[in-house]
Amino acid sequence: MTAADEVFILGINMTKFGKHFDKDVVDLGAEAMMAALADGGVSMADMGILAAGNLMGSGGIGQQLQKQVGQTGIPVYNVSNACATGATALRTAIMAIKAGECDMGIAVGVEKLAGAGLLGSSDAKQSDKHEWEPSGRLGAVTGVDGRIGSATMPALFAQIGVEYGHKYGGVDAELFARISEKNHSHSTLNPLAAYTKAMSLEQIMGDMMIAYPNTRPMCSANCDGAAAAVVVSGSKLRTMSLEQQRRAVKVSASVLTSDPYEEACQVLPNVNTLTRNAATQAYETAGVGPSDLDLVELHDCFATAELVHYDNLMLCEEGGAADFFNSGAPWRTGSTPVNVSGGLQSKGHPISATGIANIWEVCHHLRGEAGDRQIDGAKVGLAHVIGLGSACGVHVLEKSALGSAA
Amino acid sequence: MSITDTTHESSTERVPHVDYLVLDNGDPHLVAHECTSCGARFFDRRNACAACFATEFRTVAIDTDGTVTAFTIVAFAAPGIPVPFVAAVVDCDGTSVKGNIINVEPDPANISTGMEVRLATYSLGTDDNGVEAIGYGFEPAR
Repeated sequence: MTAADEVFILGINMTKFGKHFDKDVVDLGAEAMMAALADGGVSMADMGILAAGNLMGSGGIGQQLQKQVGQTGIPVYNVSNACATGATALRTAIMAIKAGECDMGIAVGVEKLAGAGLLGSSDAKQSDKHEWEPSGRLGAVTGVDGRIGSATMPALFAQIGVEYGHKYGGVDAELFARISEKNHSHSTLNPLAAYTKAMSLEQIMGDMMIAYPNTRPMCSANCDGAAAAVVVSGSKLRTMSLEQQRRAVKVSASVLTSDPYEEACQVLPNVNTLTRNAATQAYETAGVGPSDLDLVELHDCFATAELVHYDNLMLCEEGGAADFFNSGAPWRTGSTPVNVSGGLQSKGHPISATGIANIWEVCHHLRGEAGDRQIDGAKVGLAHVIGLGSACGVHVLEKSALGSAA
Repeated sequence: MSITDTTHESSTERVPHVDYLVLDNGDPHLVAHECTSCGARFFDRRNACAACFATEFRTVAIDTDGTVTAFTIVAFAAPGIPVPFVAAVVDCDGTSVKGNIINVEPDPANISTGMEVRLATYSLGTDDNGVEAIGYGFEPAR
């Protein structure tokens, strides 16, 4: 990779995740953007592209945000890629820099989701006259969700975890609850997390069942939040201050994949192959392997999802995810700390913000600015998101080697 | 495409829940569009095969016996959907099918991956015209 091809995170921010009754999506997105620009020591005048993501709003979030923080006429890309929306926005800005269209850009993801309830169920039908009338692609005479399986997020990801157990064994309901126990424990050190309370295994397993084996605390927390990142080319960064160079975080790989066809993938989404494909590409591009990672933020939208991604990201041997967890490896004191932020289960999951917020967490550690939850000496980290449908974003980030001579 | 069961003892008109369920006079089964080139199967229409991009399909019957490869017991669903229910993926001789596991108490003690099941149908009720809709699920085979 030549210097001209290099891209760095110059400034990055995430808002507090949780309930923001007094702020709308524009307020939240603008807050993250302003803070990311300030963190990088730049302004909207320096930005050559804006990529913005918001799934649950009215559309055109990028232009709305420009009106809030600065309209300069630059190209705006409003992106939508399910839970991978934030990562897709970031990658869009990175691609613009790699294409040579500009030397700096900003990506933002924002969501208002507090109290949103169950996601993925929307085919309930209502009419005055009760008549079986075939409609839709399946010619269904009434709703299919709940009668022919379920496409709700909790039901799908529960099956994905159970399927892993069927394939490899050694997995039971308690294992998944223990993964959740880890992430809730990790969140106690993250003041920006939506929930910061440790939960015992008994509390987690005894909580309200959502979709076996996932109880409520084992599901991602719907909440409000935003995250934004300013990216810069390597050649531009070298003209900036030593402090900016020192704090910049290198994007060693930025990969986006979708799911290739496999038997069953249109019946139950296959989140495994596209994650493995993305990870393989990312490791090759970055020239690092799973054993080099000092921390991983992966998409634990449900406790069952975290388990399969240990394997998909090749943090363990194929089929060895249960052993990997049981060894203590993914705890913050272990050999490959996973979701030290608390993860989606406890930090929260404001959908479009998630794919930049996980990058923020990794950057925070690589810069040595993570305070009480700092992973000492962190030099390389990986951030992963999955959007069902499916889209997978993987970013490998490395501590900058620039500016250190000062 | 409603399928009228005229030979049935009652004169009730019956329609399948979805058009890939064929009621077939007491021999209910599922059908899929199979790519004539590579054999990939789809339950709704495709312009081209997602696996090999070929454009010709034939209708094939899906085996009614299968093995559970994934399941969950849904305890929390949208309003109007009775819970708990068992959502599952069933491997029917190489074709994965989505469906509920029915005719068994929805309890983790009763359901496991690897369990053998078979296609079963049940009534979804009768509409204002007296037409009965028939749904499908999978029940334990033993």
